[in-house]
Amino acid sequence: MRKLLRTIFLVDLIQGLWVTFRNQHPKNIYTEQYPAQRPRIAERFRGAPRLNINPETGETLCIACDLCALACPENLIVVSSERNKQTRRKELTTFTYDTSRCMFCGLCEDACPVDALELTQDFELASYTREGAIWDRQMLEEGPKPTWYRY
Amino acid sequence: MPEATFLDANELILNMGPQHPSTHGVLRVILKLDGEKILGTECVIGYLHRGVEKIGENRTYAMFAPYVDRMDYVAAVSNGLGYCLAVEKLLNVEAPPRAQAVRVILTELNRIASHLLWLGTHALDIGAITPLFYVMREREEILNIFEAYCGARLTTHAFRIGGLQYEVYEGMEKQVKAFCKMFLPRVDEYEELLTENRIWKDRLVGVGVLTAEQCKQYGVTGPMLRAAGVKWDIRKAQPYSGYEKYDFEIPTRTNGDTYDRYIVRIQEMRQSVRMIEQAVDDIPEGPIMAKVGKVIKPPVGEAYVSIEAPKGELGYFIVSDGSTQPYRVRVRPPSFVNLQALDTMARGGLVADIVAIIGTIDIVLGEIDR
Ligand code: SF4
Ligand code: SF4
Repeated sequence: MRKLLRTIFLVDLIQGLWVTFRNQHPKNIYTEQYPAQRPRIAERFRGAPRLNINPETGETLCIACDLCALACPENLIVVSSERNKQTRRKELTTFTYDTSRCMFCGLCEDACPVDALELTQDFELASYTREGAIWDRQMLEEGPKPTWYRY
Repeated sequence: MPEATFLDANELILNMGPQHPSTHGVLRVILKLDGEKILGTECVIGYLHRGVEKIGENRTYAMFAPYVDRMDYVAAVSNGLGYCLAVEKLLNVEAPPRAQAVRVILTELNRIASHLLWLGTHALDIGAITPLFYVMREREEILNIFEAYCGARLTTHAFRIGGLQYEVYEGMEKQVKAFCKMFLPRVDEYEELLTENRIWKDRLVGVGVLTAEQCKQYGVTGPMLRAAGVKWDIRKAQPYSGYEKYDFEIPTRTNGDTYDRYIVRIQEMRQSVRMIEQAVDDIPEGPIMAKVGKVIKPPVGEAYVSIEAPKGELGYFIVSDGSTQPYRVRVRPPSFVNLQALDTMARGGLVADIVAIIGTIDIVLGEIDR
């Protein structure tokens, strides 16, 4: 009898609807208004790469040891260097990083002995051309420039 | 499927997929129908084949680790754990206790995330749209923990061979505990929405029955096996990564239908929370990395390690020829094996049920096609 009444009055369905109703409250809004409101990215996030420079002298921290290129499973980093005749040290000439093939695994970052290569919190990597996804030394040193939208 | 006898007057062949939203990816199912009744099914897979096993033969052991995340991308952490354990077995090292505890926390969180996504999509397929929004909300919290811990949300690459790369971040324990506390009432909420709902029950009870005997014949594992009444969980049967230290139960049911599989997975989420709470309360101090060389070069030999992934038994079989690259990597993906049972479950049912049955297997095509 009780079961019949419950069936007639749709108790099971109303129970579910009540849950939906409870979640209607404006404080339960979880949507992020993305371009207007930037998401909070964790510190360890592995996003767009950057080649760090010494902020005082502007010189690159990279010692052109090629370890990042060797660690990369996708073989997408190309480091070239020249030996300086006077100091007999290797100096970085070009550095290319193909973001279109990168899977942001972080192995290159872990391999770098001087923390020159770093994956940053920026995640906006779109570009209009395929070549635009290949980043050269200058782009890497300047670091990513997040887009700010204004309304 | 015998093609010749196939097309008589009453039978119809219908292609479902590969671009069908409720095949959960690019699965093509050829249905042989008699009106609304399913006479047989055949799966066509391989649309997402990337040759991951072959890639493994061309990468060093450390380099291959990020690729395994891309098989079952919904449970990337479990994949990473299985692979790391297999290579550790080859190397004959064990991760230190601190690393093991963190591994347990993250894999159990990942189990919850995977089950949540399953619940949302399964309910969506059947027509209950609301749970999807709620499960995404909770899954987001888990992904935030992953992001803060290892820097990625989906393809995490959280573990390294021999232990962990990243130390626990500041406030992780608090965030995980807060999640556990918030999550249990939310599971009750999902149950309130679905468990007693008559439409949900009408669509699920008695649909896609797979008995324990059939499960064993097909090699079906995971929640599907437990819903048929077999108390088999690798975390209990062959504990790995310190699972023997935690107190939890294996939820089982007896009917082996779609509804029971739903109940089993819901219960498993609760058990996972229980385990996470125990693990996070005492993460032992100590190193996070065992002594493995910079270049990983296991001795000649082979190792098979299987773990309890959210979808079933996930196995890695690695053959080493003593070089820095594996000679052969073979993956035993749970979804691939479980998908075999689709025909048995769907035969004799109605067309509308096939969607529920595909959903209940909990497949990820990235893992099936590899
Ligand atoms: S993040 Fe991974 S794939 Fe990308 S460059 Fe570094 S090592 Fe290569
Ligand atoms: S590993 Fe670091 S220092 Fe060496 S080449 Fe790469 S970025 Fe430069």
